[in-house]
Amino acid sequence: MTPAGRAGRIGLYLFLVTTALFFAIPLVIVVLTALKDADEARGASIFLLPRSPDLEAFSKAWSSACIGRDCNGIGGRFWNSVVITALATSISLLLASLNGFALALWNLRRAGLVLGLLLVGAFVPYQIMIYPLVRMFAVGGIHQTLAAVVIVHVLFGLPILTLIFRNYYVGLPPELIKAARVDGAGFFQIWRLVILPLSLNVAIVAGILSVTGVWNDYLLGLIFSGQNWQPMTVSVASLSATASSGVPEQNVNMAATLLTALPPLLLYLLSGKYFVRGVTAGAVKG
Amino acid sequence: MAITPQATARFVLVPTILLTVVGYYGSILWTIGLSFTPSRILPVSRWAGLDMYERLLSTERWQVAYTNLFVFGGLYIGFCLAAGLLLAIALDQGVKGRSVYQTIFLYPIALSFIVTGLAWRWLLNPTTGLQDYVRSLGFESFSLDLLSSPERAIFTLVIAGVWHSAGLVMVILFAGLQSVDQEIWRAGRVDGIPRHRMYRHVVLPMLWPMVVTCLVLLGMNVVRSYDLVVALTGGGPGFSTDVPAKFIVDHYFERQSVGLASAAATLLLLTVVVLFALVGLLRRRGEAA
Repeated sequence: MTPAGRAGRIGLYLFLVTTALFFAIPLVIVVLTALKDADEARGASIFLLPRSPDLEAFSKAWSSACIGRDCNGIGGRFWNSVVITALATSISLLLASLNGFALALWNLRRAGLVLGLLLVGAFVPYQIMIYPLVRMFAVGGIHQTLAAVVIVHVLFGLPILTLIFRNYYVGLPPELIKAARVDGAGFFQIWRLVILPLSLNVAIVAGILSVTGVWNDYLLGLIFSGQNWQPMTVSVASLSATASSGVPEQNVNMAATLLTALPPLLLYLLSGKYFVRGVTAGAVKG
Repeated sequence: MAITPQATARFVLVPTILLTVVGYYGSILWTIGLSFTPSRILPVSRWAGLDMYERLLSTERWQVAYTNLFVFGGLYIGFCLAAGLLLAIALDQGVKGRSVYQTIFLYPIALSFIVTGLAWRWLLNPTTGLQDYVRSLGFESFSLDLLSSPERAIFTLVIAGVWHSAGLVMVILFAGLQSVDQEIWRAGRVDGIPRHRMYRHVVLPMLWPMVVTCLVLLGMNVVRSYDLVVALTGGGPGFSTDVPAKFIVDHYFERQSVGLASAAATLLLLTVVVLFALVGLLRRRGEAA
């Protein structure tokens, strides 16, 4: 390698390492702070290592931190998020798969129009729809319930998920369902016996997109879930805004932040390629 | 008479169509309608013409919020594209440990904007945060008090936003770079064209469709930028870092100005429509090129 080439290589790695530090530092700081006690977190530089690291802040964040006047921690909210995410994701995936199948393989008239109508919803800012939705839920008597928050997540998740399934099904050989139809199978039979077994990969990609989207949502949870079903993102934000007994406990706040970040982070680390396909799937042009 | 599978397929779409027509289009029309009424806490149907729009446009907080949409949006998208492109090109040089770097650059995309905002607010806090650390290194007069400065707090949103989303641009553009035919590189070498010129004049123009894709994804984050603002600056100091998304939610649910909020939401929708038309033009230009 020429000296100029070697200098270039060194520069390249220097750039990569510096940038990697920039990306890593916020997470490292959150972890370090969560391992400190309250005084240390408040008084000493955030870059110092904890003197005696322990998980005290995590257990307080989970079960006894105060959010407003409610001092039961965010553990309960964690399960709220789990329930909301599980329900919204399974309902959306089921609907999206059926929709995608119907739109892709049945030569329906105006299938393009239906898809177009649906996709507009993916690009419109939520803000223009939330207030009427609140009124509709209020009239229906389900405002600020589990049902309301799941319905809005399904509503706003469907366009992109339907598109993902539809684009995958369009690529399947048409003979596949022709043969089944000759044998007299109906729509649901073909879906269940032929299409569903082929959908595992695309369902994983769509599922990851849906789970991270619903778990990380703040706005819809804030407006539609109500106190009883408040998701974790909403409570961690108001936890950090509540200074219990006047003194903010940053170690507890950071522990709560980390706990909120953990599920999608683990999903990211474990699912690798699928995750990348999931988050970029929203980019396929409609 | 038996129902044909075709009819079943059509029937399957009915719930989604209903949900879309009522949930999206009904809601949008309702909001546009409300923007022409003087509704406060509850919707009223009295016609107020363009009163709400006049009031909105003369509200200083809205002017700041709407300007911020473009300041934040422009800087966020610009820096994300630049950083993402640089990282993608760097990783395209046959780097050792590429997947480790990729994992580090991309992980913030898995986090919510709430978590992003809370982490950066802590990192940037003036007493024990980054500023204090740099000062302890001997740079006594170093000042990074961005969060409490009305002029500069908007940049904290940009920094945290770029941290969150640059990896996404990197991963999309890197996939594009990887898909470039090796023959093109070989032809370039045969003709003695330096690598950096190959990137500029040959490879990057091929990535145009992917850049447009990134633009759309990042643009949607900008329009929806509510969470990051709430977690990082709360819109403050004052309302210096307010954005339309936050202005609208606050006016609907805290300040009980439904008419005004609806007018603001309608203007935001109009803005998005105009921006999408522009992106459509960009896309066509890319296809023509």
